[in-house]
Amino acid sequence: MNTTAQPLRRHLLALSVAVIAGTGFATSAWAGEVEVLHWWTSGGEAKAASALKATLQAKGHTWKDFAVAGGGGDSAMTVLKSRVVSGNAPAAAQIKGPSLQEWAREGVLANMDDVAKAEKWDELLPKVVSDGMKYQGHYIAAPVNVHRVNWLWANPEAFKKAGAKVPTNWDEFFVAAEALKKAGIIPVAHGGQNWQDFTTFESVALGVGGVDFYKKALVQLDPATLKSDTMVKVLTTFKRVKGYTDKNAPGRDWNLATAMVIKGEAGMQLMGDWAKGEFIAAGKVPGKDFVCAAAPGTAKAFTFNVDSFALFKLKNDANVKAQKDLASAILSPAFQELFNLNKGSIPVRLGMDMGKFDDCAKLSSTDFVATAKSGGLVPSIAHGMAVPSAAEGAIKDAISAFWNSDKMTVPDAVAKLVAAARTK
Amino acid sequence: MSAPSALRTPWLPKLVVAPSFVLSFLFIYGLMAWNGYLSVSASRLLPNYEFVGLAQYVTLFENERWWVALQNMAIFGALFIGGGMAVGLLLAILLDQKVRAEGVLRTIYLYPMALSFIVTGTAWKWILNPGLGLEHLMQQWGFSDFTFGWLVDPDMAIYCVVIAGIWQSAGFVMALFLAGLRGIDESIIKAAQVDGASLPRIYWRILIPTLRPVFFSTLMVVSHLAIKSFDLVMALTAGGPGYATDLPATFMYTMAFSRGQIGLGAASATIMLATVAAIVVPYLYSELRVKKC
Repeated sequence: MNTTAQPLRRHLLALSVAVIAGTGFATSAWAGEVEVLHWWTSGGEAKAASALKATLQAKGHTWKDFAVAGGGGDSAMTVLKSRVVSGNAPAAAQIKGPSLQEWAREGVLANMDDVAKAEKWDELLPKVVSDGMKYQGHYIAAPVNVHRVNWLWANPEAFKKAGAKVPTNWDEFFVAAEALKKAGIIPVAHGGQNWQDFTTFESVALGVGGVDFYKKALVQLDPATLKSDTMVKVLTTFKRVKGYTDKNAPGRDWNLATAMVIKGEAGMQLMGDWAKGEFIAAGKVPGKDFVCAAAPGTAKAFTFNVDSFALFKLKNDANVKAQKDLASAILSPAFQELFNLNKGSIPVRLGMDMGKFDDCAKLSSTDFVATAKSGGLVPSIAHGMAVPSAAEGAIKDAISAFWNSDKMTVPDAVAKLVAAARTK
Repeated sequence: MSAPSALRTPWLPKLVVAPSFVLSFLFIYGLMAWNGYLSVSASRLLPNYEFVGLAQYVTLFENERWWVALQNMAIFGALFIGGGMAVGLLLAILLDQKVRAEGVLRTIYLYPMALSFIVTGTAWKWILNPGLGLEHLMQQWGFSDFTFGWLVDPDMAIYCVVIAGIWQSAGFVMALFLAGLRGIDESIIKAAQVDGASLPRIYWRILIPTLRPVFFSTLMVVSHLAIKSFDLVMALTAGGPGYATDLPATFMYTMAFSRGQIGLGAASATIMLATVAAIVVPYLYSELRVKKC
């Protein structure tokens, strides 16, 4: 038996050595491999991801890219699930918001407390953000960037033509929208997809109801607040916005809506700061060719969308070491700056030098720091930061149905919202 | 020499069939059973085997979106199957009149079936979009009052899916019916003509009733297309506006893969399986019974 098994074993050994050498596994004795699942496949994002890759390769680790195309990450999540179920999880995957807690509950995420402690994450991050990165008090993920969602993008040329001024509250918003309409410009560029409907809804809720209302109604899902008169007012205002969008909006992608503002076909758009990337790519200068302002009535608040990497439990020690280096690299000032310059968002790390960023990012960063202190920093529901995905989906459905239906009354919508908030 | 071959005969065919049998058993029936089990489990983000009874089904039937999906299924199923077969039959009868260039016409009519539903959906999305397609075109031609905004109207959007679906499948149905019509003995038609029957009467009273088996198999093919249709809706409306054009298949995908409710998704998939089975099982039963006779 032994004599026959021996050559076979030697064969296997030779084969595995060849495979390891071929893929460049063993560059140094302590080097591990980090496999990172992400969907940063568009131009600026890919550049940002390669910065992370370079940092890790400098430490001698091997970077294995696991990019799955598709902006929303649905397909990436499907791949990830199959990998985790088969016991072959990547080192890190782009997961955010309450989904982190859902993954942690499945018992597949690693404890990153030692890295966090050594690098003082608790002091570097606003509490609302760091709480989201923890499960039962332990760090299980590393945040990458902050997107502000409550922005209003406007075309100053269109506003000049209409003789309107950029609104700072919802009453002014409708005055401006009316003026734009009279001037033959579509007042609000909108894409009718449920997350875009909800992005608008969120800004209306925050602007009309205020921070406390927003937190109580949409984060804690308190039924009494969901039924309150403020909610009725929010829904009425929200529905009024629809009257100023064009009828081709259903199904339109957000970047096409942004293009309408860029070209001056539309006056304004309510969208997160990724819209800035479209303006910049079209060669527009912030402050001159386009205006970025907080969504009406939300100047003292900040709806955040934080991208983060969940870190999975790994078996191999060298890979665990590489994974910890990855976590520490993600929060390093160099990476935070480079990445966010390319992505259009702002660093999640507090106290960064914003010298290289544009005016919109500087405003965003100032507001981020200020609201982190004042308590005006609230999670975005439209972008999966506030409530578990099942409830989030149900609430989005309710709001979208209300936005799209001409028959649904405000009390009906309230009833639907309350029912949706009960989804577990 | 004869002994080994006699030995080989009984086990060789079994051996040849065995892998495919095992594979299909595992990956078709095995996965069906797994899905069935998931639908009575507490699975959320990942499969989980905690038994919760029929809780997922209760949640499913309390979900308003599921009812919208079922309602759309009924509208889409009835119109897609009925409309597709009516248009297909009409085309087949017209082509059956020994027209010139029949081969070319047949290819043209059959061609949509060669396209994937994604392509059909995308093309019709452009055609039906009020700002790009039909409405825009008619207004540019001077009919400024012409409006056709079904695609963006939550109450009418499902009919857009029906239109695209019929366009896609009518040619295929036509081919099946045409084959059926050509299979009918000429002498029957001749005899009817001698009796003084008009052409529409011949079709209505003699030819269409003879096509009964063709009707049946066409119905089978088209109805399972309707129940599992997913890509057409995804490309055409992505279930929108809102969730107005959701079908059970898109509902299942959304719940299981983007909302972390695998159990609920599995429950809806089981209901779909049951629906398909309700159509297929009687068919298989009748087919197998015929063979025995």
